[in-house]
Amino acid sequence: MLKYTEDHEWLKQDGEEIVVGITAHASEQLGDVVFIDLPEVGREVEAGEEIVVIESVKAASDISAPIAGVITAVNEALSDTPGQVNDDAMAAWFFRIKPAAGTDLSGFLDDAGYQALIG
Amino acid sequence: MAELRRTPLYDLHLAQGAKMVPYAGWEMPVQYPLGVMAEHLHTRAHAGLFDVSHMGQIILRGADAAAVLETLVPADIQGLAPGRQRYGLFTGPEGGILDDLMIANKGDHLLLVVNASRAEHDLAHLQGLQGVTIEPVTDRALLALQGPEAAEVLARLVPEAARMTFMDARDADWQGVTLWLTRSGYTGEDGYEISVPAKDAVRLAEALLAFPEVAMIGLGARDSLRLEAGLPLYGNDMDDATSPARAGLGWSIPKLRRPGGARAGGYPGAEAIGAELAEGARVLRTGLRPQGRAPIREGVELFAGDEGGEAIGKVRSGGFGPSVGGPIAMAELPRGLAPGDVIWAELRGKRLPVEVVALPFFKPNYKR
Repeated sequence: MLKYTEDHEWLKQDGEEIVVGITAHASEQLGDVVFIDLPEVGREVEAGEEIVVIESVKAASDISAPIAGVITAVNEALSDTPGQVNDDAMAAWFFRIKPAAGTDLSGFLDDAGYQALIG
Repeated sequence: MAELRRTPLYDLHLAQGAKMVPYAGWEMPVQYPLGVMAEHLHTRAHAGLFDVSHMGQIILRGADAAAVLETLVPADIQGLAPGRQRYGLFTGPEGGILDDLMIANKGDHLLLVVNASRAEHDLAHLQGLQGVTIEPVTDRALLALQGPEAAEVLARLVPEAARMTFMDARDADWQGVTLWLTRSGYTGEDGYEISVPAKDAVRLAEALLAFPEVAMIGLGARDSLRLEAGLPLYGNDMDDATSPARAGLGWSIPKLRRPGGARAGGYPGAEAIGAELAEGARVLRTGLRPQGRAPIREGVELFAGDEGGEAIGKVRSGGFGPSVGGPIAMAELPRGLAPGDVIWAELRGKRLPVEVVALPFFKPNYKR
């Protein structure tokens, strides 16, 4: 089941890992994405730590780690074709993270909660 | 904060789905549903319609209007033939640039087009002139139709538009409405700026938009288009602390107005500007292409080496060039850098290699 942050990230549980991307709403707000700087695989991150930079034709934005954990994979294809985020935000995942012990996703928004947020 | 002003096309922008933003005291469309990238590419391939009504249109009248304006603008305005337009600069007493502008000779008067952000300043500046009357044009909108298909499209409404060449200025009739046309723009494309009475502006815009070649284009794409064309923007690439030579705009000051010329000097800052043009500026507006994909934007510091050292300059305009297919920037950098040289931009604490390139990034397609 998908979860969402108030910073317009989506989180998808996949086995022990969480896959993270940004929502279509966020990609529309950003405009055409032209560059994405992804974190290094193996990096240990804190919740709230800024680990991705997205540059659109308009401006640079940061994406934070929604939870603490270790980055296990990044979507290298986004480096060459960052526009995938605009084409299909749900398919254009950014990174996979192995959550630190005791991580609980229940505090994040569900689909209805996120739809209410973006109105 | 003062209320934002709206152009005669405001409702049309909303109907077209524009995202409106404050810009120089105006509420302007930054993009439409097409998006900045597609709007940019549409303009380069077909024809883009821009609302530039926020820019200041000013009429100067007087028997010696050209000579009088030359006391503020170091250009050859007396030599500007009727029906022609020319680019010029208002210079300041210290030799900086107070604004850049277009000057058209309309026969019995001059028509100036100035930046929105400087219109109020420029009007006050012009009020100091003797022997001319200054009339701000407040009842007309200004549209720009830009792109390789602009001429063909406009000629369907106004046949004589096709007979104009780059920087021609003439009045033309459209359905009983007098349009003030110039074949010019600020995108690096062939095209026109069209001054139209405010009450007829929406009708004209809709008539143009009825052609499949034409789409509305916002300020976002207007900025990437002018940046690719290597055109400096007032407030970014030049200001009252930037001289014409440093801004790479010495070409707008002919020999005639330089030391030793027939009408040398006689404008604010002439001594400093003339001397610098003769010697060459120490720093110059320079084109840059980052070797990676990350854009370097306004304010990013530039260094000679990949670590340490003092900054040698700052990015003044930067972003992504859709037609170039990568990030591009302009910065003021020491003279002596040559295309192919590599310098370094400090972005988020990292030094990234950036190549010096010749301007423009994208070769203009003017109809000369």
